Amino acid sequence: MAGRMSTSDGSTPLLRLDGVWKRFGGEVALGGADLAVAPGEIHGLLGANGSGKSTLIKVLAGFHDVDSGTLEVHGRPVPLPLSPGQPAALGLRFVHQDLGLVPSLSVLENYLLPQLAASRGRASVGWRHARTRLREVLARYEIDLDPRATVADLRPVDRALLAIVRALEGVGTTSDPGRGQLVVLDEPTVFLPRNEVDRLFSLVRRVASTGSSVVFVSHDLDEVREITDRVTVLRNGRRALTGVTADLGHDQLVAAIVGADLDVAASYRAAERSAGTTALRVEGLSAGLADQVSFTAGTGEVVGFTGLLGSGYEDAVRALAGALDVRAGTVTLDDGPARELRSWSPRAATDHGIVLVPGDRLTEGIVGDLPVTDNLTMVNLRHYLAGPWLDRRAMRAAATTLVERYDVRPPDPRLLVGQLSGGNQQKVVLAKWIQTRPRVLLLHEPTQGVDIGARQQIYAAVRAAAGGCVVLCASSDHDQLAQLCDRVLILHRGRIGAELHGSALTKARITEECLRSGKEGSTR
Amino acid sequence: MTTTESAPGESGTLPPGRPPGRRGAVSTLVARSAERIALPVVWVAIIVLFGVLRPDTFLTTGNFSAMFSSQTSLLVLALALTIPLTAGDYDLSVGSVASLSAMLIGILNVQLGVPVVWAVLVALAVATLIGVANAVLSIAVGVDTLIVTLGMGTFVQGIVSWTGNDSTVTGISAELVRVVVQARFLGIPVEFWYGIVLCAVLFYVMEFTPLGRRLLIVGRGREVARLSGVRVRLVRGGALVSSAFLAGLAGVLIAGTSGAADQTSAPLLLLPAFAAAFLGATTIMPGRFNSWGVLVAVLFLVTGITGLQQLGARPFVQNLFYGAALIVAVVLSFAVRSRRRKAA
Repeated sequence: MAGRMSTSDGSTPLLRLDGVWKRFGGEVALGGADLAVAPGEIHGLLGANGSGKSTLIKVLAGFHDVDSGTLEVHGRPVPLPLSPGQPAALGLRFVHQDLGLVPSLSVLENYLLPQLAASRGRASVGWRHARTRLREVLARYEIDLDPRATVADLRPVDRALLAIVRALEGVGTTSDPGRGQLVVLDEPTVFLPRNEVDRLFSLVRRVASTGSSVVFVSHDLDEVREITDRVTVLRNGRRALTGVTADLGHDQLVAAIVGADLDVAASYRAAERSAGTTALRVEGLSAGLADQVSFTAGTGEVVGFTGLLGSGYEDAVRALAGALDVRAGTVTLDDGPARELRSWSPRAATDHGIVLVPGDRLTEGIVGDLPVTDNLTMVNLRHYLAGPWLDRRAMRAAATTLVERYDVRPPDPRLLVGQLSGGNQQKVVLAKWIQTRPRVLLLHEPTQGVDIGARQQIYAAVRAAAGGCVVLCASSDHDQLAQLCDRVLILHRGRIGAELHGSALTKARITEECLRSGKEGSTR
Repeated sequence: MTTTESAPGESGTLPPGRPPGRRGAVSTLVARSAERIALPVVWVAIIVLFGVLRPDTFLTTGNFSAMFSSQTSLLVLALALTIPLTAGDYDLSVGSVASLSAMLIGILNVQLGVPVVWAVLVALAVATLIGVANAVLSIAVGVDTLIVTLGMGTFVQGIVSWTGNDSTVTGISAELVRVVVQARFLGIPVEFWYGIVLCAVLFYVMEFTPLGRRLLIVGRGREVARLSGVRVRLVRGGALVSSAFLAGLAGVLIAGTSGAADQTSAPLLLLPAFAAAFLGATTIMPGRFNSWGVLVAVLFLVTGITGLQQLGARPFVQNLFYGAALIVAVVLSFAVRSRRRKAA
């Protein structure tokens, strides 16, 4: 297998990974994955969530050990796992999606950050000299940036460029000077406007022209087809496809990512529910990355929202809870008037029975160092008033009932929520909101960090709640959406691009529609 | 869900007779109650200690009456601090606000001849207005409360020096002095009982009203509170206004205790008030700013200092004692808590 993976021009690959296995507990993350990148090549790395992409990158970055597998860099075998600092010495560079920049510091300070952190430099920083050097480096890459500018003031694309240049130049020399380096760009474009992606691409091409290689990780098939020379698709921890990008069509790539086997799995959805009366109507909602999103939903319906990272699917849902500022849009509940969302707030949302189970549970969902009782009762304290005072015994009793009904373990409402497991914390958040009998229940990544057992209980609780309200679920877990939802809306670059329901609502179809984003994006 | 089971293969290395889980739970309960009552117990212990060492001066009604009542203004200031601290904000202006309140009473009553009742009301109103200014600047504009109240406190102290002409105003109406210190109940000046009543009111507001619960939730999880529909800004602003009002009240007590308003005594109470608030948070309801804890903390501090002074210690012992007590108590309760967390 590996023999056939020789690079396009037959030269020694800059990097070659072979037969990499990695298990987490019983779960196979990598099942014999391989990857070969030629010098001066831009190599796309594709795969659905859970395909092993990020595990593979973490192996290269020295974060993960492997169960078996070999690595060669410039034809020389390197034993795995890599020790800290070793990837850098081998010329392996990583730019993650969050870029690792400190916004409040200057361009120059950010550029020097890895050196300062490694304290490899001298005791004092020669700022004038460093500034001159950075100007030279930026000029070499044809990037127009002032070293004294604050990173927070830069355009997103300039931040990305800075992070890439820093990865290439700012880390010090490799043990093999003169040889090409390898830069892994992990979804560098998701938060960039389309017209700025070109500037990133020209930097990527310039890097490749110097003999360094780029591994370009992305979900956006159009971008991958535009920028990469070759592409590798991972599926279920193995290489599903490697080929010259120009020879591969959009549908071939989708098929490789999704896998034919998944299409066979039929949806076990019950017959399509008769759409009830419209209970929620959202029109022209623009907030965060969501752009003019309109939809309706009926009581008893569970509507999923998904899309690629950066498509804004979660913003569309969170905005209805007042969690972020809304640029435009209205919401109508039942027969009520259309309400402007621009002046929306969490308070207004909860007053109208629109409640959110947030994805960032630790900072938005629970107050970890308060007991379960306080977390459960915070939303309806006035129910427990006896005269001017709170009836603490009634609060405890209500909490006990909820803890039992939602099977929170251990079943003691006096425990601090922070002491519970992720799944049980999420049950507390769900119970807190469902007891208020909301009209619209918003879920954001409802089973993130939740164990499998609790996951089913959460699904059951959501379905039970859906009997009396509208449920909107923003999630990147396509399996979950297929199980939980009656209908799934797929966002492409902020807008609703597709809708799946009935027998079409399968995990594979959801993934496929998400990846179609590029196609429709280009027709716009 | 996960019980404290020993890993397989590890059991052989365990010492025999290791307490099983059940006894572990009991010992946690004991540790928790011990933490709750540690400070009151130490307080009683030092009373006994000083009583044995100085029976004729320490163990007198006069001494206890003085100890209980002399630091009521400190108690009120510390109670004022617990409100914004619970909401997760600092108020560094309470000392200066108390100072201004006392000085206003002095100037209005002594120099301008305003009836003392009106002078008190004006002082409280001005104090409250400063709280409103704190709230507007820090919450509406969004500047950190630490900075806003630091600036406000310094500014207000400047006003006090200016209006008071850098001198002490004496001769405040005896009427005020009477209702603050001269009247006694159970042999203790009535201002001590005012402090007790305030403790009780704050305790009930904090523990048994929706407002108190919201204050706590805002302090512990601001985003959770916001997304749960709590009016976070209103709660935080209200906390700053309340602390300023209580600081004004502390100023009234200062003016009433001495019948005079000086430049320096109230601002010097700021750091001891913080010490008492944090020390109070290690007892009665450990981990929370609570009014009974503050009361115990103030009594403990006063008792310790009085006793030491009667043993012949010089005035600087006051700062040594405040500082050392705070550090020891906080370190101990932190150690207890992190041990308990590891055990859980």
